[in-house]
Amino acid sequence: MSKLPSVNSEELRARYPAVFNRPMASRAAVPAIIVAALALFIFGLNELEFSPARMLSGLKQLGWIVMMMIPPNPGSSLPAYLAAMGETLSIALLGTTLAAVFALPVSLLAARNIIPSPWLRFPVRRFLDSIRGVDTLIWALVWINVVGLGPFAGVLAIAVSDFGAFGKLFSEAIEGADKKQVEGIRASGGSALHEIRFGLLPQVLPVIAGQVLYFIESNTRSATIIGIVGAGGIGLQLAEQIRVLEWQKVSFLILMILVAVAAIDLISSRLRFAIIGRRAVV
Amino acid sequence: MPAAVSILPDQQLAALNGAYRKAVAKKRLRTTLVTAVCFAALLMAAMGAEVNLGTFFGKIGNFASYFDRIFTLDGGVRVWSDIGEWFWGWRKWLSLLGETVLISYVGTLVGAVLAFGLNFLAAENTAPSAALRFAVKRFMEFCRTVPDIVFALIFVIAFGLGPMAGVLAIAIHCVGALGKQYSEIVENIDMKPVEGIRSTGAGWTDCMRFAVLPQVAAGFASYTLLRFEINVRGASVMGFVGAGGIGQELVVAVRKFYYSDVSAILVMIIATVFIIDIGTGWMRGRLFGKEARS
Repeated sequence: MSKLPSVNSEELRARYPAVFNRPMASRAAVPAIIVAALALFIFGLNELEFSPARMLSGLKQLGWIVMMMIPPNPGSSLPAYLAAMGETLSIALLGTTLAAVFALPVSLLAARNIIPSPWLRFPVRRFLDSIRGVDTLIWALVWINVVGLGPFAGVLAIAVSDFGAFGKLFSEAIEGADKKQVEGIRASGGSALHEIRFGLLPQVLPVIAGQVLYFIESNTRSATIIGIVGAGGIGLQLAEQIRVLEWQKVSFLILMILVAVAAIDLISSRLRFAIIGRRAVV
Repeated sequence: MPAAVSILPDQQLAALNGAYRKAVAKKRLRTTLVTAVCFAALLMAAMGAEVNLGTFFGKIGNFASYFDRIFTLDGGVRVWSDIGEWFWGWRKWLSLLGETVLISYVGTLVGAVLAFGLNFLAAENTAPSAALRFAVKRFMEFCRTVPDIVFALIFVIAFGLGPMAGVLAIAIHCVGALGKQYSEIVENIDMKPVEGIRSTGAGWTDCMRFAVLPQVAAGFASYTLLRFEINVRGASVMGFVGAGGIGQELVVAVRKFYYSDVSAILVMIIATVFIIDIGTGWMRGRLFGKEARS
């Protein structure tokens, strides 16, 4: 066994000056960022009217509320809640599907390998970005003005806001597709539409299906809240019960949401694995 | 030169064709079944959601005219003909937008710090005990499944109206969402450095600090910036339930039909979200170069 050469720290310092003598700027960077972040944080606390007294009394109040929530109890309105839950799930499913159906053709226009010209691609992308910049809840408010209160407004709100998200995700999936198949179709004399149908779609459909399922999952969550502004579903019941301080019903509704989301999670992750195999994408 | 294509005798060909048709028929049957099931589910959903195509087509004109109205000033002219009149309340709205961004910042920071503390307990490869891991994971699941606006509704009652409720709601949601993403990063690390540090006799905390943290810091920062971006959007609607930010102003404008105000506030929100998107994207690229995960 050979003996390790003895290590002389002076020698090491001389040999690797970059490791031992980092310039001041790179040494100061991390502490400076931390100090700046902390300063902004404290400024924020001050600006947003945080105070220890408010915090303490709020926590006491919150403790009370939690005590009042136990045990969860739907009272006599269980059937109404179940119906509302069904409505919520319907909103999520229908909204996501509508969004996907409309987003697919538009996403083709936003993909670089289909539309090489930036003159069409850029406006489409910015359009999708602006749709995504507006929260689902805001869309719900707008749709309530158009089709009136009720779950239908919720469906449309989810459809529109997901349209923006899907457009972006789908176009990214299309851009990531292998172009060899497309060239193969072109070589055998296919038209542009044939290229998309037989060269692109078979590649991107599994990815898209995975994303749609994932969104159904996350939209179950969004659909629970659009009821707060009056767009139907379980959120309407939840907001109402919170306003009248029926805490046992509130905790029951929250539990229902948790169970429903977990169930949808389970189903959709099973389906996703069935479609795209064990390598979980998304 | 004509290429010789060998053709199989009819008998063999028939067998091959039969097998091919069978395989295709099986696949077609499956596709048809799946499509049928999907349509049935959609139909049920449509009934559950009280979809009424009559109202939809009867009122879809309202959608276009709504946008027409929100881009028209009281004087009956298009909003962009008089920017000063359109953005008459820009001082107030800008300060409320600042508040919105600040809510998101403080909420994200609090959430990120808590998630940072918890995620090592929730990751499979670093959790000190299985029971603790289970408890922490369930807690995080609860935090991210209950929508932040529901927390805000409850906090508004406990802590009073104002941005504080919004910050706390965002922070709690953030703990759940970031905690999950962080622990997934930690689960993907290379365990050899951990073993190396442990072999020198270091405790659990030292292992985390010197073996795990250097591997995950970039990923953590990237996800945190992304979450900040998402939270800006979330904070823009916190005002709907009285939890601070620009949402309050927007909901009032929508409900009271101050049409041009609605579009002005929406434009400002979209612009803010764009700026934050670009800013955090730039920062991510700057901090971590090409390896940054989006």
